[in-house]
Amino acid sequence: MYGSSAAFDTPKKGEEIVEDPKKLAIFEARIERGEKIEPNDWMPHEYRRQLIRMIEQHAHSEIIGALPEGTWITRAPGFKRKLALIAKVQDEIGHGHLLYAAAETLGKSREEMINDLINGKSKYSNVFNYPAKTWADVTVIGFLIDAGAIVNQLINATGSYGPYCRALERICYEESFHLKQGHEGFVYLATGTPLQRKMLQDAINRWWEPIMHFFGPPDKISQHTEKLMKWKVKMATNDDMRQKFFDQYIPKVYELGLTIPDPKFKKNDETGKWEYTEPDWDRFFEVINGNGPCNKERLEVRRWAEEHGRWVRNALYDPKYKSVMPLA
Amino acid sequence: MENSLDPRINRLSLIKNDGSFALEKGENWHTYEVFHLKKRGDHHKHVGSLHAPTPEIALVFAKEQFGRRQKCVNLWVVPSREVYTFNMEDEDMFATASSPEKKYRDASGFKVRDKIAEYKKTHAG
Repeated sequence: MYGSSAAFDTPKKGEEIVEDPKKLAIFEARIERGEKIEPNDWMPHEYRRQLIRMIEQHAHSEIIGALPEGTWITRAPGFKRKLALIAKVQDEIGHGHLLYAAAETLGKSREEMINDLINGKSKYSNVFNYPAKTWADVTVIGFLIDAGAIVNQLINATGSYGPYCRALERICYEESFHLKQGHEGFVYLATGTPLQRKMLQDAINRWWEPIMHFFGPPDKISQHTEKLMKWKVKMATNDDMRQKFFDQYIPKVYELGLTIPDPKFKKNDETGKWEYTEPDWDRFFEVINGNGPCNKERLEVRRWAEEHGRWVRNALYDPKYKSVMPLA
Repeated sequence: MENSLDPRINRLSLIKNDGSFALEKGENWHTYEVFHLKKRGDHHKHVGSLHAPTPEIALVFAKEQFGRRQKCVNLWVVPSREVYTFNMEDEDMFATASSPEKKYRDASGFKVRDKIAEYKKTHAG
């Protein structure tokens, strides 16, 4: 699960590369025709750079996203929920693997990506820097955060880079069960005792700001969108995805008599758009830059796992085989 | 660091870490391409790749990664470096396969209906 919280950046001054106009024209015409770009095709430096950045962050989000939910495996209410949560967390790790492989086809090794995750250089979806305080938080993540991720992933699966699209297709297929089990858990609490309902409403209130942050800053402060959309790296603007998510999922919150903790939040029937209070974007950047409630814990856990898994990797290592990149 | 909500994490004493740990090049082994057989009678189909230290372990990982959620009766793993391929840039060399010049090797290049109809008309009765 993933949202394009801060997937792209602007090249530093002086780092822009002038591309061969002939090759660029062929590349752009291919994308325009709706054809996919494959790993060994010529591609602009900036296309490669932004894709590595985006796919790598997506992969990290899958791996880190398993942590807040994984915490609840030992305490899941009931055996079926425990089994489902284990299965889901395993899927998320599998998604991370698929995505690392897709990013590797662009030339960055998995070791480099994992190192950049644990040394804080590359980011992951901001929502995972918040704790899952109660079981209701797990159902809000499992329903609304996963739903947001699916909105994002379905649209990205129509992008231009072949390996990423193929990985996303498999991921979306697997996520359909995640969303259904998340919705079931959500409905179960919403239709339960008054205490269960209160627990759920509290969790929605806690998660509202991270959900608003999920698709990234509003279009008016988010740059570098135009070229990336032309190259079909980014398939929709942050605001468009946010609106799409509201359209599909807010009715499912309202039908259970639950509320959104924003007095301004409503659909404008004339424009067809949802209106809302902008969340605190300073807070968003603060968390993404390492100062959220769980950033340190998440990275430390990841580092611990890498460090303590090393002897297993070394024990299995066979020098007869040399490292290569995946093909497609 | 604040106490985690997860008691298992609190027991790890994470704070002892000095932050100097990094993976070494090649520590994640090397990659295999995975081919998945959905049911007997189909072709194996390429579904992705994975990292593994040896072919045997690649099969174990392939089962976990690609045989876990969808129907599967068999898997192949092939070291990525053992796959020989054309360059994608050369795809125009295949263009003749479906070009009008090659109609003679396509069923649509052979017409008989008109001749049969004509024959039947002139030889009626």
